[in-house]
Amino acid sequence: MSAGARSSGLLAPAERGKALFVVLAFAALALYPLAAGQFGIDLVTKIMIYAIFALSLELLVGTTGLVCFGHAALFGIGAYAVVKLSPEYEAGSVWWLLPASIGAASLYALFMGSLSLRTRGAYFIMVTLAFAQMAYYVVHDTPLGGGTDGIYLNVKPVVAVGGRTLLDLDDPKTFYGVTLACLALVFVFLAVLLRSRFGRALAGIKVNEQRMRATGFETYPYKLAAFVVSGALAGLAGFLFAVKDAYVNPELLSWHLSGSVLIMIILGGLGHLRGALIGAFAFALLQEFFKSEAIWGAFAKHWHLGLGLTIIACVALLPRGLVDVPGQWRARLTGRGAPGGAGSGAGA
Amino acid sequence: MDLATFLIQCLNSLQYGLLLFLVASGLTLIFGIMGVINLAHGSFYMIGAYMAFALAPVVEAAFGGGFFATMVVGVVLAVILGYVLEWAFFSFLYEREHLQQVLMTYGLILVFEELRSLIVGDDVHGVKPPEFLSGTIPLGEVMTYPVYRLFISGVCLLLAAGMWFVFTRTRLGMMIRAGASNREMVQSLGVDIKFLYRVVFAAGVAIAVLAGMVAAPVSSVYPNMGGQVLIICFVVVVIGGIGSIRGALLAALLIGVVDTFGKVVFPQAAGVLVYVLMALILLWKPDGLFKA
Repeated sequence: MSAGARSSGLLAPAERGKALFVVLAFAALALYPLAAGQFGIDLVTKIMIYAIFALSLELLVGTTGLVCFGHAALFGIGAYAVVKLSPEYEAGSVWWLLPASIGAASLYALFMGSLSLRTRGAYFIMVTLAFAQMAYYVVHDTPLGGGTDGIYLNVKPVVAVGGRTLLDLDDPKTFYGVTLACLALVFVFLAVLLRSRFGRALAGIKVNEQRMRATGFETYPYKLAAFVVSGALAGLAGFLFAVKDAYVNPELLSWHLSGSVLIMIILGGLGHLRGALIGAFAFALLQEFFKSEAIWGAFAKHWHLGLGLTIIACVALLPRGLVDVPGQWRARLTGRGAPGGAGSGAGA
Repeated sequence: MDLATFLIQCLNSLQYGLLLFLVASGLTLIFGIMGVINLAHGSFYMIGAYMAFALAPVVEAAFGGGFFATMVVGVVLAVILGYVLEWAFFSFLYEREHLQQVLMTYGLILVFEELRSLIVGDDVHGVKPPEFLSGTIPLGEVMTYPVYRLFISGVCLLLAAGMWFVFTRTRLGMMIRAGASNREMVQSLGVDIKFLYRVVFAAGVAIAVLAGMVAAPVSSVYPNMGGQVLIICFVVVVIGGIGSIRGALLAALLIGVVDTFGKVVFPQAAGVLVYVLMALILLWKPDGLFKA
């Protein structure tokens, strides 16, 4: 992918290593379907969707310092929008379902953000949870959402121009490609956004909101804009998820998923876009690893134990997340303390 | 709704609210005083409930049984558990960002649930209330109310009073309150703050475990019971104001009433009512009812 290659010209030499990592990661993802079987393609497609979701949350948590504990609602609304708006027995068009999905998630994000941004810190965490739970119960308990059983998407939407189908989303390899392209686009979009004036302002808000206001920034609109953009990206991830499985259920909006995606970005390392990527892959692959009966035999049933212990070990040994692994290695080799600049900004 | 039903629902909401208060008070203590967001707090409640189920036969063999003996053994084990956990997993987390604590305690939830599954299994169990509390008292002409539920409310009220006493009337409580408002200052005055934190954490764990043990006969014992309680307790803590015991009590009773009557009056919307309440209160008072 041209993601990092294009930006490496803009970067300081110290940043090149990170850009190289991202380029190599995307290249590996692009080549993966040539080697993988059905199961692998399906798994990595799912992980990439989670990665998009994680990136959307990283914009709020890692960049702006707003810990949202209700992000699954936006993901779920994006997913439900596709299924509810698709015609029942024929294929809907991606050209309007995708914007509708993203639009629905952004609208709810606007509602959720405009109210919850009045609170701060732990209170913000809980108010976002409250708004997510409201959405969850609407889907779960009212006829609108089809209850616990969820809803099937009978016909997947098509990507067509003038009646000619361009991409067959039913084909796993094609869908893999589409998901990868979305992931790359989201990554580049966020990378550019963070380098813009807007992104710098968000970073400033994370470090010291008071001072940002003193500098003359009206911080509320910035935070709200970040919330809505993040919601839109979560909606995109939800769209892809619903199209992939052709099925949605209320669990997509549950706080368990909000928690999992938060865990992904913390595990990967907050304050870095690639942390969200690494976190999504690490979390999902660890799950697969500990669930594997080939390795653990009958004990695979208790896969939570291994996952939990690994997470605890990560917290104890890698305070800055998995992105800091090279830094720790370097520190060990040169015998000096871990290099600074990993940006564990003052948690306000 | 006639008067007897109304009265029963009132007693139910009181009992539920007080139980929530017990779990939430530990959470708000650990959160408010030590600044740790402890997601694993619900697991302690779960552990308590399973102790009520699994310890009873063991205690019977060792001490000749008895409901209260089981509880005492459970609380002692809980204090030890809390003390060791604080030493092993939490003591190095205070200087870290909140989100690191979230990640750590999330890992602990997974470990606790899986250990529970390994040791006791995944079945749902019922726990019988002790003989002398299993009766009912008549309410009105046809309705009755189980004595055990009144007993739960009594235990909770007693503990709440005990907590109030320790906090406002003892030297320990004074040190804890001082430690909450300025850690460094208390430390430089010669108080062993590490030990103090360990005591607070162990007490929080013990209260949650006790709540689980007391609740087991009415709620039954099932996997993942901790997760449900955890979220609702966070709601209580936040509505009440983080770190405020008084706030937690009021918020827990409020939620008890809203949830219990919500289930009777609007069964379709019962789940969402509590969250609507929280959102409204926080939009009105962004720092909770009582700012600690």
